[in-house]
Amino acid sequence: MNILTILIPISLGLGSVGLLAFFWMMRHNQYDDPDGNANRILSDRFDDVPDGDTDEAP
Amino acid sequence: MAMAETPSIAVCPACVAIPTDLIKSAGEARSERSRRIELSLPTIHCAACISGVETSLSKLPEIEGARVNLTRKRVTITVKDIPGIETYLIDLLTSWGYPAKELDSAALDQEMVDKAGRDLLARLAVSGFAMMNVMLLSFSVWGGAEGATRELMHWISAVIALPTVAFAGVPFYKNAWTALRVGRLNMDVPISLALILASAVSLMETIEGGDHAYFDAALSLTFFLLLGRYLDHRTRVVARSAAVELAALEVHRAERINADGTREIVPMDALREGDMIAVAAGARIPVDGVVTSGRSELDPSMLTGETMPEAVEPGTSVIAGMLNLTGALVVRTEGLGEDTLLQQITRLVESAEASKNKYTSLAEKAATVYAPLVHILSAAAFLFWGFYSGDWRLAVNIAAAVLIITCPCALGLAVPAVLTAASGRLFRNGVLLKEGIALERLAEVDTVVFDKGGTLTTGKPQLMNGPAVSAQDMAVAVAMAQGSAHPMSKAIGEFGKAAGIVPATLTDIIEEPGMGTRAVLDGEEVRLGRAVWCGVESHDVAQSASWLRIGTAAPIVLLFEDTMRPEAAETIAALLDDGVDVQILSGDVPKPVEDAAERLGVKTWIAEATPADKVAVLKRLADDDHKVLMVGDGLNDAAALAGAYVSISLASAVDASRVSADLILVGDDLSQVSKSLRLARVAKRRIIENFAIAAVYNLIAVPIALMGFATPLMAALAMSASSITVSLNAIRLGRK
Repeated sequence: MNILTILIPISLGLGSVGLLAFFWMMRHNQYDDPDGNANRILSDRFDDVPDGDTDEAP
Repeated sequence: MAMAETPSIAVCPACVAIPTDLIKSAGEARSERSRRIELSLPTIHCAACISGVETSLSKLPEIEGARVNLTRKRVTITVKDIPGIETYLIDLLTSWGYPAKELDSAALDQEMVDKAGRDLLARLAVSGFAMMNVMLLSFSVWGGAEGATRELMHWISAVIALPTVAFAGVPFYKNAWTALRVGRLNMDVPISLALILASAVSLMETIEGGDHAYFDAALSLTFFLLLGRYLDHRTRVVARSAAVELAALEVHRAERINADGTREIVPMDALREGDMIAVAAGARIPVDGVVTSGRSELDPSMLTGETMPEAVEPGTSVIAGMLNLTGALVVRTEGLGEDTLLQQITRLVESAEASKNKYTSLAEKAATVYAPLVHILSAAAFLFWGFYSGDWRLAVNIAAAVLIITCPCALGLAVPAVLTAASGRLFRNGVLLKEGIALERLAEVDTVVFDKGGTLTTGKPQLMNGPAVSAQDMAVAVAMAQGSAHPMSKAIGEFGKAAGIVPATLTDIIEEPGMGTRAVLDGEEVRLGRAVWCGVESHDVAQSASWLRIGTAAPIVLLFEDTMRPEAAETIAALLDDGVDVQILSGDVPKPVEDAAERLGVKTWIAEATPADKVAVLKRLADDDHKVLMVGDGLNDAAALAGAYVSISLASAVDASRVSADLILVGDDLSQVSKSLRLARVAKRRIIENFAIAAVYNLIAVPIALMGFATPLMAALAMSASSITVSLNAIRLGRK
């Protein structure tokens, strides 16, 4: 059962990474235009100023 | 004022409703001379549209940046501050195949970043993360782990759960505290108590090395309840931002004539008393004032419900909101006094709102029964087991188990899940629900009162007695009406086209704004227009009419009536089918109201009702225990809409009416009135079903908990199963 002392921290760590990533996305307005984002990826034009990053990060 | 076309709403419940004003900050950083313009582009839908609009706009020298938001179907443009740039851009985009409408940036700025929503979402994410991990750890305990392994699991769970419950439960603790401080019980009191007690008991058990820890139950409780709260919040945010967008579609501007004779388009709030305003034919009067030059006819139907045009000439007072029909006018702005129509209406709206009874929602009713019951049960279990067994640790354990199992997890989801599903479906149908509770009220409606002008009718006149007029006279009338923009002339033209009448040959056609048209037919003078214009001294026609005089013959009267909305008859039939009483309450004169009522099969109608009369009629109906749905659009309906049990206004309605109403027909489709009523009834049934489902789970689980046989596994199962059943039952509503 000693393996648990390694596995549990790993699983918690991975979960936290996901949670932190979610917070990051929320703070950087990644959910403002989901339809637009889904479509923009199809365009060849390089989007060099994604306006989502110009907002203040609270 | 209100737009005639269907406005587009670019927000939908399927999209995350976190509005932002990010481009504003970017724009401000660049230069003071640049400005931010928001345009609504209802037709954009694909990747090519985005890059088409953005690249083409960026090529223009005036434009510093353009960014499309496809979810909201808007483009935000940072542009140099040049007068008239909006109209230029709108024409440009329309010529590229993207019809554009301007949005009022000032109105949009109200929809700021939704802080409360983000806060709830963050707590939801944390509790979701903690719940899943603790559930995972609990599996080994449920599976029979013992000794050191079980203690390890309990300790790790405690480390995750305690901070999470403390952080994620804050909204509940706050609400519970607010209620307790004034000596009241709400749903959040048992929730907070369950969370705190469950965590404390579980921590105690963990320290003592006991069997049962309820960390997983406490966390899933937090998660499901937060989910309910978040759904509730999002429904409200989506409705609010859609309403803001609807308001932003009306850009309040006026064309001011300066002292030096130059004309300038200025925002409404820049106007001062005494300013001269030019009003083109076909435009709405932007301000209250007095006509200083020009003659025309005004359509007051938006304000009074009357469809008969009023003639105006220099010296006549005009009211903001009237539609200018024929000639261009110059209006001198007058200050807003106490007795303007708008002020009177505003006072009526306020008093109507104040006299409205507070509605107790189903959720509140459930809470008043439920919250005391849970506390009594749990306290009883604690006392009984404490005295019976003498083991107070066991007693606390059982009391905690009772609280957790009875906790209104499914109850917390029962209402928001249904309302989210229902408002989403309404939205797809083109109906905007401003507040969830309005849906419950809508379900109880037994009487529907319709306004006539603009609601049951389209506000466009139709020639009524065409067939009674001889074909020769009609041919003259059709010829006279050609080329005039007056709605009655258009109606004559339409009738002529439909009846296949060949216009007579006329010469010297001259249109006299505000009076009528004159022409020459075979050397004789022909006149078409108002009674005075055709030499009619007195008459007893009490509806919209025009006169036609050929030479010296007696003038012929042409009668007009509002065109009925094509879906009006079917809507009223559907309502009557559903056992709802239908009435018409109009500010128009009796004759057209009676005709409309007869044609639609409505038995009760009231004409010539002033705004105050409308409120009084609704009050009387309410006193007779009728639950009344008011459907209207004009300024004269605003107070009635505010005072009714529940109300629906049209998207084309005036501001004041849209603000007072509980639902807005964004799609301008009247048949949605009966459909929304049916949906509301189904939604209410779902809510009650959900309460029943939650109660059944409790009926089974509570006796087990009271007897002391409850285990954490059982609590977890009951809670998840009931929450999922309730959610699924709600989702059924959205798909049909």
